[in-house]
Amino acid sequence: MSVKRTVAEINERIRKGQAVVMTAEEVARLVKEKGTRKAAAEVDVVTTGTFGPMCSSGAIINTGHTKPRIKMKKAWFNDVEAYCGLAAVDCYLGATELPESDPENRVYPGAFPYGGAHVIQELVAGKEVRFRAIAYGTDCYPRKEIETTVSLKTVNEAYLFNPRNCYQNYNCAVNLSDRTIYTYMGVLKPNLGNANYCSAGVLSPLLKDPLYRTIGIGTRIFLGGGVGYVVGPGTQHNPEVRRLPSGVPAGGAGTLAVTGDLRGMSPEFVVGVSFTGYGVSLAVGLGVPIPVLDEEVMRHAALGDEDLVTQVIDYSHDYPEMVARSLGEVSYAQLRSGSVQIQGREVPTVSLSSLPKARKIAARLKEWIGAGDFLLSEPAATLPGPGSGIAIKALHERARKH
Amino acid sequence: MTAKVAHKIVLHFPQQTWDRPIVCMLAKEFDLCFSISKAEITHEEEGLVVLDLSGAESEYKRGIKFLKEQGVRVEPLERDVTRVEAKCTHCGACLAVCPTEALDVDRETWLVSFDPGKCVACELCIAACPPRAMQTAL
Ligand code: SF4
Ligand code: SF4
Repeated sequence: MSVKRTVAEINERIRKGQAVVMTAEEVARLVKEKGTRKAAAEVDVVTTGTFGPMCSSGAIINTGHTKPRIKMKKAWFNDVEAYCGLAAVDCYLGATELPESDPENRVYPGAFPYGGAHVIQELVAGKEVRFRAIAYGTDCYPRKEIETTVSLKTVNEAYLFNPRNCYQNYNCAVNLSDRTIYTYMGVLKPNLGNANYCSAGVLSPLLKDPLYRTIGIGTRIFLGGGVGYVVGPGTQHNPEVRRLPSGVPAGGAGTLAVTGDLRGMSPEFVVGVSFTGYGVSLAVGLGVPIPVLDEEVMRHAALGDEDLVTQVIDYSHDYPEMVARSLGEVSYAQLRSGSVQIQGREVPTVSLSSLPKARKIAARLKEWIGAGDFLLSEPAATLPGPGSGIAIKALHERARKH
Repeated sequence: MTAKVAHKIVLHFPQQTWDRPIVCMLAKEFDLCFSISKAEITHEEEGLVVLDLSGAESEYKRGIKFLKEQGVRVEPLERDVTRVEAKCTHCGACLAVCPTEALDVDRETWLVSFDPGKCVACELCIAACPPRAMQTAL
């Protein structure tokens, strides 16, 4: 008899402490040993995890009203500007924002030691940060400036709102030129000196639910050490890419927009990072539980590094110039082995996403569910999948119409 | 004739010595060559200088002894690249640049280890480490 379960049934088992939960690495082994059918019958939930730089991240903060009131026009946290084009004391602190004093790439390659992501990490760590705002003054909001300190204790709301996290799959970056280049994929040495990749592979959430059968709008997730939710498809969600017969995308595809309260998160899983020559980013820990609704869900969740592939892309010319060219397809098992063959050369591989942290996240989520502390949620709506017609577009410059 | 030696060293000057021309004396009194690659005064007003120092072995030893007598702490540069363990996310980005396998990954646990003994203080990992866990004391 084939396995069928609903999220409600799984939650019932979680509440009773009966649910069987395994990480994606564990079920990959289990399926090899016992086959998909048996594994699907045994396991209720598969947990995933990933930890890597996710630039499209930031925090929405409501600082609370001042006396007299202010309608902030510009605001800074530790000299990093937050966007204030919202209501009076609401602002959005972007992860990649830099202090105005940062020399950027004027002294190349720039060091980018501090930015919005670091402020967010400090807030999560419970630290006080300097806050400054200016305004033009109105009858209802007369105040024109304020300078003080704030922390997660003093503000009203402070939550991560990340428009694009958790890429389903990501390029493996190389450099074909003869000089070192500094990218968001790290330092790339000349002439295929190294190949940098950034995916948790076997543990990566969207690779384990490649057709978005269980992950959708409203899915409760592990975010930054606390609890968060999927808000919807992330920006640049691109489900119509080439897929392997198993359904997994052969390159970058789906993304998630996510949110979660900064209170409850941990600086271990919300980390400000600096990419020399590129800028600042936020490394985010994210984990998604996958309810094993049937055998197909298990077959996907149990795919191993050898079943998952990505494309090798040149970041010295092809990526910046928008040239769609792959230098080859490599599996995550090959990438994990320490080197891959590219254009007949043996190129050492480097991971930018942390597997030890991804493992920790999947294990933590497993613990939470096992302890009955974390129930699964049925998506309010599914994400656009293959066949939806949703495809990523480039911006084509057009002559201005008069 | 004594052998020639050359070392990259870090000098930590306590506050009270910073105003004296100690480094110049190395050339004047001991005939040593130096080239300064970094010089900095920290907030505590402790002076810090990184230099390549070379010369005859016996004079080199006397020069170092002189520095110590002046209250200057002398360390080989190697010791000054450290890892702030709490900051390391074990991403592995540093492995691309480390020329000596001082930074290495265990392919079971995927934890990245740092062996100061193998480190030649090239500092390449400092710019390559996204959370800036690799640091110099400079
Ligand atoms: S300083 Fe150089 S040798 Fe030492 S760990 Fe860093 S990259 Fe390796
Ligand atoms: S690059 Fe930095 S954070 Fe990443 S493994 Fe190396 S030392 Fe750790």
